[in-house]
Amino acid sequence: MLIDWFTVIAQILNFLILVWLLKHFFYKPILNAIDAREKKVADELANAEAKKTDAQREKEDFKRKKEELDQQRIALLSKAKDEAKTESLHLIEEARKEAFDLMSRQQEALRNEKQNLNQAIRHRAQQEVFAIARKTLIDLAETSLEERTVEVFSRKLHELKDEEKKQIALELSASPRSLLVLTAFDLPQEQRDLIKKTITETLGIEIQAKFETAPELVSGIELITNGLKVAWSIGDYLTSLEKGINELLEKQPKS
Amino acid sequence: MRLSPDELIFWQYGFIKLNATIMYTWGLMLIMIVSSKIITSKLSSGLNRSIWQNFLEIIVTTILTQIEQVGLSRPRKYLGFLGTLFLSIAVASLCTIIPDYEPPTGSLSTTAALAISVFVAVPIFGIEEQGVGEYLRSYTEPTLIMLPFNIISEISRTLALAIRLFGNMMSGTMIIAILLTITPFFFPIFMTALGLLTGMVQAYIFSILATVYIAAATRTHKAKPEIGE
Repeated sequence: MLIDWFTVIAQILNFLILVWLLKHFFYKPILNAIDAREKKVADELANAEAKKTDAQREKEDFKRKKEELDQQRIALLSKAKDEAKTESLHLIEEARKEAFDLMSRQQEALRNEKQNLNQAIRHRAQQEVFAIARKTLIDLAETSLEERTVEVFSRKLHELKDEEKKQIALELSASPRSLLVLTAFDLPQEQRDLIKKTITETLGIEIQAKFETAPELVSGIELITNGLKVAWSIGDYLTSLEKGINELLEKQPKS
Repeated sequence: MRLSPDELIFWQYGFIKLNATIMYTWGLMLIMIVSSKIITSKLSSGLNRSIWQNFLEIIVTTILTQIEQVGLSRPRKYLGFLGTLFLSIAVASLCTIIPDYEPPTGSLSTTAALAISVFVAVPIFGIEEQGVGEYLRSYTEPTLIMLPFNIISEISRTLALAIRLFGNMMSGTMIIAILLTITPFFFPIFMTALGLLTGMVQAYIFSILATVYIAAATRTHKAKPEIGE
């Protein structure tokens, strides 16, 4: 007989015992170890994924911030450039204005200086001419300057055209007391009489002349009625001299 | 000449006896349990682990994959029974390289015991999965006429399991024994190597057939709606 039934029963029991023992000592620990490891790996993968996501988010964040900063920087730079440009234009404008003011002031000063100088020259020339004329007249003709002036004025009156004489006479006859004789110096009585006499002779009318002193006439005489004026003075010569000097001064800076 | 290790009896008291089959089985059990205990006592759940742990993990995961591929959706539930079937037959075959060793699977009593275990386990798993009525009804599928044939098929496949394994293991041992007397030295070595291969193939066949039977018993109920679809 090939089958021994006791052995069969014993082997069934042995097999069942082996199943229980292997389950307990072999399958269970091995499966537990595998599960634990798989869980660990899954955890690590999940962790890595989370870190990757975090890193990605951080990267996006950083990129966004960088872009913002770049934009801000560009905006600030542009603003600063604009401000600098405006400021520079402003400064240039101010400098130009200041330069213009300075130039104007310098020109003004120069003009004033020239004017002062002219005045001084004129004054001095007047005095010099006056003195020279006086001295020359005294030395040569033994006549004072005043006398000679009155003479010259009398001659001028005589030399007036007839129409002019008529017009003056007409004016004076309308208001006989309005004749005013202005002189640069105080005239002696005989000179006054001489002037009166010359007027009477020249115009053919008797007048009441009023004599006044006006130093700005520069050794001259003026005869003033209501609207007419007959004058002679060396002021005209002085004006001519002044003009000549001015021309000379204006030529000076150019050279 | 001894055909089976059953015939080598060390101790007997009436019906109870200790023969070579039982003794070798105990020896194999001891080896398996002790080595498992030693290796699993130093298990690591980290990425660094010993070669032996890797080896055992490969065995366990391969068995699980095989069970799942046959069609059992929860392989861990059947790992204890099916895995132990495969491992006990495989270890019994592997040990044939030890001189004077006779595999307990070369005894028809052992193979019968294993076949009976499968014969009992199939309805237990089937009933557990789909209930008594549903399981018993599966014997009348597709028609009631098929009931006796299904029952015959159930018994005959159990017999086939037992005799296939017994025949293969016994013949291997027998061939080596015969060849040793005729042509000693080298030729038996080749036959032993061939016997190892045969043993592994038989372990695989036995356990995969048991898996198929269990799968067939547990999937009848679930397969129906799939066909209907």
